[in-house]
This record gives sequence, C-alpha cells and structure tokens, in this order.
Amino acid sequence: MMMMSPSQTAANTTAKAAAPLSIKGLSVAYQKKPVLRNVSFEVNEGELVGVIGPNGAGKSTLMKAALGLIPSIGGEVLVYGKPYKQQRKMIGYVPQRESVDWDFPTNALDVVLMGRYGHLGWFRRPSAKDKALALECLNKVGMADYAGRQISQLSGGQQQRVFLARALAQDAKLYFMDEPFAGVDAATEKAIITLLQELKLQGKTVIVVHHDLATVQDYFDSVLLLNVELQAFGPTEQTFTQEQLQRTYGGRLAFLDRSLQSPSRFDGKGE
Amino acid sequence: MSDFWILLTGALVASCCGVLGVFLVLRKMAMIGDAISHSVMPGIVIAFLLSGSRDSLLMMFAALIFGLLTTFLIQMFQQSGIQSDASIGVVFTALFAIGVVLVSLYARQVHLDQDAILYGEIAYVHWNIWELGGVNMGPKAVWLLGITLLVITSVIGLFYKQFKLCAFDPALAAAIGIPVALFHYLLMGLVSMATVSSFESVGAILVVGLLIIPASTAYLLTDRLGVMIGLSVGAGVASTFIGYGAAVVLDASIAGCMVCAAALLFVIAFLFSPSHGIVIKKLRMRKLA
Repeated sequence: MMMMSPSQTAANTTAKAAAPLSIKGLSVAYQKKPVLRNVSFEVNEGELVGVIGPNGAGKSTLMKAALGLIPSIGGEVLVYGKPYKQQRKMIGYVPQRESVDWDFPTNALDVVLMGRYGHLGWFRRPSAKDKALALECLNKVGMADYAGRQISQLSGGQQQRVFLARALAQDAKLYFMDEPFAGVDAATEKAIITLLQELKLQGKTVIVVHHDLATVQDYFDSVLLLNVELQAFGPTEQTFTQEQLQRTYGGRLAFLDRSLQSPSRFDGKGE
Repeated sequence: MSDFWILLTGALVASCCGVLGVFLVLRKMAMIGDAISHSVMPGIVIAFLLSGSRDSLLMMFAALIFGLLTTFLIQMFQQSGIQSDASIGVVFTALFAIGVVLVSLYARQVHLDQDAILYGEIAYVHWNIWELGGVNMGPKAVWLLGITLLVITSVIGLFYKQFKLCAFDPALAAAIGIPVALFHYLLMGLVSMATVSSFESVGAILVVGLLIIPASTAYLLTDRLGVMIGLSVGAGVASTFIGYGAAVVLDASIAGCMVCAAALLFVIAFLFSPSHGIVIKKLRMRKLA
C-alpha cells in the first residue's frame, strides 16, 4: 500500500494529543476550476514536512486555504484539534518572498517586529521586550547586523532570512513556509536548514512548500506529494520514490531524472 | 484675515490628504483615491438636493456611502475577471457622470456650481462662517476639516500597526487574524471623508493631487513609514503655502497653484533625493568612475 499514513499509527499511540495539523476533504476552486480536490492528511508533531508537486499543483493554495487566506469550497482544517481561527497564535507563516513589495519604507527589524503583531491584540504597540525578541530572532538567522537596513537594500537571501526571523518572532508551534528556499544563496539555504532542524528539536512542526527535488531526502521527515489531489503522504523514505514521483509529475519525469543527482537512492524503496 | 483662513484650510486639507495618501501610494491604490474623489460627486449632489443646503454632516454621510460603494464595485468587478484599471475607470466615470447629470438638471435649484465642485473655491472659505448663538466660530470648512483630520489621525494612530501590516503584507495580516477587508474599507471610508471635506476648498479633481503627490514626494525621501507620513504632511502643507503665495502674485487659481507647487516639490525630490534622486545617483556614479 503506497498511501501509508503515519498519522493513523500516531493517532493510535497518542490518542489524547491532537495532531498539529489535520485536514479533511479540503477542496478549493478558482472560478469553477478545481485547484485542490478533496485533500486529507494529518501531520505528526515535530516533523519537517515537504510539500512537493509540479507547478500549478496547488501547493501554495493548500497553505493559503489551510490558513483561511482563500475560501475553500469544502473541508475542515484543524490545528491541534481546533479550527485554525481559534489557534492563530500557534501558527507561523512565511509567505513567498515575491508576495510583498520590498521597496516598502521599513527596515529589517521592523519587519521582524510584525511577527509580534498577532500577540499584541487590537491596540497594544510592540514593547521593548518585543523589540529585544525581534532582534534575537534576527540574530538567529545571522542578520542582527542588518537590523537597521532598509529592506530593499538586502539581497534576496537576506530578505528570505528576515522573513524567517519574522516567523520565529511569531513564536508559533506550527509553521507554514511557502518556498523559503526559492532563489536563495548557499549561505541562506544553510541558515534555513539549520533553523528548521532547531525548530524540530524544539518540538515544532514545519510544513514547507519545496521545489528542489534533489534535497528533499536530506531536509524532510515526511513528504506530501500533491497534484490537485493528494498523491501520496508519508515518511520520506517510503513516499519519495520514483514511482510516486512519476505519478505526481506525470510526463515531466524525464526532466526530473536529470535534476535528481543520485537516482540510485530510489532503488528498491518503492516496493 | 482671509489669508489666514485660506492658509489654515489649505494646511488642513494637505494634512488629511497627506496621511491617507501615504497608505494609498504604498498599497498601489493611488488611482482608487482618484476614483473615490470623483465618484462621491453624486452623493454630494443628492445630499444637496435632499437638504437644499450645504449641510456638511449629510454631505459627509452621502459621500461616505458613495465612496464605499465605489470601493465595493471596483472590487466586485475585479473579482469577476475585469482588469483592475478598467474596473476603476468604469466605476468612477459612471458615478461621476451621474453626478454631472444631476448637477446640470438641478443646479439652479440648489445653487450648486459645477466649477466649485471641480475646482473648489478656497478663496471664499472665510465667507461661509459657522455661528453658534450669535458668536462667530470661524469658517465652517475649517471646522469640518479639523474634525476630519482628528478622525483620520485617531483611526490611523489607534490602528497604525494594522494599517502598516495590511499595506506591507496582507497575507500575513490575514493569517494572524487582522480583518484585512475591514481595514481596507476603513481606509476607503477615511479617503471618502477627506475628499468630501476638501472638495469645497480645492475641488474634486485637485484633491487627488494633494492625496498622491506629497505622499509620492515623501516616498522618495525616506525609508521609514512614520517619517514618510510626517514628510507627506509637510510637503502637502508647504505646497499649499507656496501655492497660495504664487496664486496671489500671479492672480491665478489658488487650488491650481497649490497642486502645481506640490508637483514642483515632487520633481525636486525626484531629482535631488539623497537616496532615490536621479541627479544624486548620477553624481555618485561619476565619483565611482
């Protein structure tokens, strides 16, 4: 059975603790065209989950729908057993870097401080404590020296690290990251992966939309293969197989083969 | 005394517009500000027709409704697949045209002057006095604009972080539970208020200049949002002063001169801004070469 669901076993062993993220029958359509059809899965606590699939497979859509940023036409999203609306403070979000205007008049520290807004309620302003925390988060991604830098003067990788620092400042338990590795330099890639490992050690759960198939096995505990419908979900070893990828990416696998540096990794794991 | 009232009125218009303009420019909605300033027209005319007077409160209310209606219609057309600039164009010209038709039909009954609506009559501001129990309280326009400025600064001040995050990263704002749509309509409501308070003074067309130009000037001069708001108000107030001076000397349209002055300040910032100015950039390049 390919569709191994680790969540089932997890649910049995830890019957009381609700999963960080449980999605049931989620469907999304843009102007009648389905972009996400009946997706159900459950993520274990403390895992790094890679969301993989071809362009237009609905990877970002899955994240946005789970966060309630776009309307879904059906389905249920539970975060630690409750509707996400009640659990917002537990969720951290890193949108795609291109989704914001980096010419906005603000500096790196200020952007990180925005991660605290969710904890401040309607009227409170960020305190000195929030600022200290934001600076600490910048430090964690190696950007403390750039705190006062206007954000348009940062490189793409540095901007991405500022975004990650902002997510850290959200102090969440469940993180959604939309292509944090896209177009970043090697130093940033390393900084991000160190950070992901650190979050994992703290028992946090991170769901990452990811493009680079060559690094999937090194980075993620579980993978979710998506192409409008859920193709497969489970531990990376059993799920990230040639056969599953073929199914997910369809005819585009020829290109895939070249992008995978070591095809031997797949030998025998599919069965 | 008339100079004082004219300058005060101008400064208040510039302040209202300067604060809101920053958010319009940063959210790339400058043209929505334009649209709102035009499409509140029918609201103003209908309020005139209903009350038979320039009752400011009713006018404000009617303009608010039409401002929000404009925002809503533009959004609705966009979401149903019409190009965003086209939907702005369709909505505001149509509403503005309704206003023009209404004015032409009923202008004689309500003493409504098309020129006044389009270009304002800031020179006559001190003639329209608010009297309270026989006491001269000063021009009505100053009171109206003062209250509008108070509302704008309180709302923006109270929800500064929400407006800021909605402008920079609406996705994160929504994810952490900020009602993004509510703040969008709140901003549009404030723009409608500013427009209707300003239109008597500078007119429906030139108010756009004071919404967009000083904010764009400020954008070129700073990297901090708070500073940008301050500079935007500063540039706006300076424009009204320079513009009024020029209008007196040239004996020309006051509102026209004010917006020309705003444009002049923008060009200066565009050329000589320390960070963005093209002349400064050229000089720096030469130094490097």
